Amino acid sequence: MPSADELKRRIEEALPGALVTVEDLTGGGDHFRAEVVSDRFEGLSRIEQHKLVYGVFGDEVGGRIHALSIKTSTPGGSG
Amino acid sequence: MTNEEIRDFIKQAIDENEVMLFMKGSPDAPACGFSARAAGCLNALGVRYAALDILPDPRIREELSALSGWPTIPQLFVRGELVGGSDIVMEMYESGELAELLGVEQPAAEEAPEADPAQQQGPLGLENRLN
Repeated sequence: MPSADELKRRIEEALPGALVTVEDLTGGGDHFRAEVVSDRFEGLSRIEQHKLVYGVFGDEVGGRIHALSIKTSTPGGSG
Repeated sequence: MTNEEIRDFIKQAIDENEVMLFMKGSPDAPACGFSARAAGCLNALGVRYAALDILPDPRIREELSALSGWPTIPQLFVRGELVGGSDIVMEMYESGELAELLGVEQPAAEEAPEADPAQQQGPLGLENRLN
């Protein structure tokens, strides 16, 4: 079962320098919310930004990680 | 239906409906909170949209994700392009971007209302919600 810490660590590894918070919304290890601030998102649409985060977990999304809500933004503040 | 027929049906649904929502359940009986929120945003804006329940056949979701490159449900397409899942739809609804994208007026700030009863059903349960 994944933990919020694991997800946070994996996003940080994939997006060095990003500010990441991950919350386990149910406490059950199945439904998470990740907020990611990274300058890697600069110039990307919301979809592209979210795909970058989903891409960290690949096939696990919808499986081992049942639900992942994402909020992305750049350090400048645009989401 | 074969996988290829499902894929073609999905492509056609995206191409032929200006606003196309792939969701779990239906607008009048959403099967998950994320889908309910996405449908709720569209309902609040009073736009015409088509909705497809992906639950009846797991291949629908597989073919859709292969096509869109997006792993989760719901998925909203506008004019043939993926807009996003429920997080993005909600963000855009709240910021007014969704209303602008759909060419409608942003309603006064309030909770997105419950989905209305469904209209006619098409193949694979494709629903056209005419407001």
